[in-house]
Amino acid sequence: MAGKTLYDKLWESHVVREESDGTCLIYIDRHLMHEVTSPQAFEGLRLAQRKAWRKDSIVANPDHNTPTNNWDGGIKDPISRLQVETLDANIKDFGALVYFPFKHANQGIIHVIGPENGTTLPGMTVVCGDSHTSTHGAFGALAHGIGTSEVEHVLATQTLIAKRSKRMLIKVDGKVGAGVTAKDIALAIIGKIGTAGGTGYAIEFGGAAIRALSMEGRMTLCNMAIEGGARAGLVAPDAKTVAYLKGRQYAPKGADWDKAVAYWKTLVSDRNAKFDTVIEMDAAKIEPQVTWGTSPEQVLSVGAKVPNPAKEKDAVKRGSIERALAYMGLKADTPINQIQIDKVFIGSCTNSRIEDLRAAAAVAKGKRKAANVKLVLVVPGSGQVKRQAEAEGLDKIFTAAGFEWREPGCSMCLAMNADRLAAGERCASTSNRNFEGRQGAGGRTHLVSPEMAAAAAIAGHFVDIRSF
Amino acid sequence: MKAFTTLNGLVCPLDRANVDTDAIIPKQFLKSIKRSGFGPFLFDEWRYKDVGEPGMDCTNRPLKKDFVLNQPRYKGAQVLLARDNFGCGSSREHAPWAIEDCGFCVIIAPSFADIFFSNCYKNGILPIVASAAIVDQLFRECAAQKGYKLRVDLETQTVRNPAGEWFTFDITPHRKHCLMNGLDEIGLTLQHANEIKAFEKKHKAAQPWLFN
Ligand code: SF4
Repeated sequence: MAGKTLYDKLWESHVVREESDGTCLIYIDRHLMHEVTSPQAFEGLRLAQRKAWRKDSIVANPDHNTPTNNWDGGIKDPISRLQVETLDANIKDFGALVYFPFKHANQGIIHVIGPENGTTLPGMTVVCGDSHTSTHGAFGALAHGIGTSEVEHVLATQTLIAKRSKRMLIKVDGKVGAGVTAKDIALAIIGKIGTAGGTGYAIEFGGAAIRALSMEGRMTLCNMAIEGGARAGLVAPDAKTVAYLKGRQYAPKGADWDKAVAYWKTLVSDRNAKFDTVIEMDAAKIEPQVTWGTSPEQVLSVGAKVPNPAKEKDAVKRGSIERALAYMGLKADTPINQIQIDKVFIGSCTNSRIEDLRAAAAVAKGKRKAANVKLVLVVPGSGQVKRQAEAEGLDKIFTAAGFEWREPGCSMCLAMNADRLAAGERCASTSNRNFEGRQGAGGRTHLVSPEMAAAAAIAGHFVDIRSF
Repeated sequence: MKAFTTLNGLVCPLDRANVDTDAIIPKQFLKSIKRSGFGPFLFDEWRYKDVGEPGMDCTNRPLKKDFVLNQPRYKGAQVLLARDNFGCGSSREHAPWAIEDCGFCVIIAPSFADIFFSNCYKNGILPIVASAAIVDQLFRECAAQKGYKLRVDLETQTVRNPAGEWFTFDITPHRKHCLMNGLDEIGLTLQHANEIKAFEKKHKAAQPWLFN
């Protein structure tokens, strides 16, 4: 008999009931929330006079709308403020295990604070009204984004109606070269499978190069699984996972800890497990990546040239290359490392953890941003990350380089607060989406790793971090 | 939720692949704490020359005339014809809310992004997956014929063009049942509350650390 994949084990241990057509009710262990996708769900509960099924499953905090500077001035935009205050009021009414209101010392991006407080654990089902919930799969948790109706469904029933996904294994073997990060692995994978390559799948990432990643790196990788179309990314828990979780506030303690660790060790794909699709990649061949277009799959190695639509035979693809180049203000065949930038954003749930900030600081140390770069924003993922970075003196390195050191939040990842690009501005960004208008209407986004972003800030254009 | 059974609807073609939810409804509209009123802002950046803000009156905003939704021949369309990977990107349910509020109740595409696809059903929108060849044909027919309509029948799971040609589509029995009867899924699930409680008890005994 074929063995089970990690995904199968997680799925099967959460099925409450199954209909004859395979539709299941899945039990949800952890419900993360932010202010943008929850108000209508709470409203629905109220209208139907329903209660939250299990308030101790809820971990919440505002992050999308909160400003990243001048916190004493509060939230200036009245619509943003109302949304944040609505979350405050809803949590007060319905309850939560963890709630960090605006300006709380531990507030941050929901996908950063979940793991760092030990509220994301291996073997859990984790949902959030946010597509980047896939981040938590780094712990061997089945984690994915849901819509607001589903947020309401989970609030009211602690379950989700779902069907089993197909299973994909992406095996990255070998060792990455110097200067190549988890972000580059993620972008290279998306470049290979496309933004719809993972649609319908849960992707398990395996192989030596994945095992070698830190927990931060695994979070970066699983974060981007959704950009490859997969609702969930997974990395099997191992000694690094256990070491990361030990002693965190909501991680199990005492006898529970030992029992939990013993259970987590079983959360691996069996040797003879069957995947629906297997993709193999050689880590040594992955180079630092830069996106050139308006979809994460429009990505190339830093040494490459922007594509030429004239060389594309498929009309639909040619059209999308032409449209992307026009939007991005780029000429065909321009070498990537000659593209000049206006702004830099180092942050987001993809790359705002301590390791990311250390990597960016190591590049910026003792240097200054280029004159043509108007703004370099460094936005830590949470209050805890911010304190840690300051304890290590990273903030001083950034400010000495002419970078701005901000308060935690989503910031210019999606520009719902005041941090945004003006039309036509070009940005090197460590976030996860380069869609049209994502960082501000008319703004142009190039996705890169923290190292590459910092190097671009110093040089004024993209540079190969390996020769920087 | 509105029930959906049949429709003979005008088709609006949106000839782009990978249309993401940021394009469907830009992020500034995510600040709303309401479910309704997003229709006028559907595809805001493609539709208007200025930048839309929540609460704005859209009646006098400068239009980008070329964009399909602004062309008089597609006014009142209820079927959106789209390309691969429609609805990718952010999980915002504001995207189907905006589409529904604008009057669409069916979307036909060769493929959809997962989260968007399931969000559609929860808002009375029927997303139909058709082969790339069929979608190509529909785009051609739609361009050639003014007032091009498709007849969608959920009961028989069929779509018919004006020439009477038809194709069938898949939908799970559960989703079909909910859509046809306009049922609230939460109410249905709560009929199984005892099973959920029993599962929870077992789960807690096995992994007490999951419960604080
Ligand atoms: S940082 Fe960006 S991607 Fe992450 S949750 Fe915030 S807005 Fe979404």
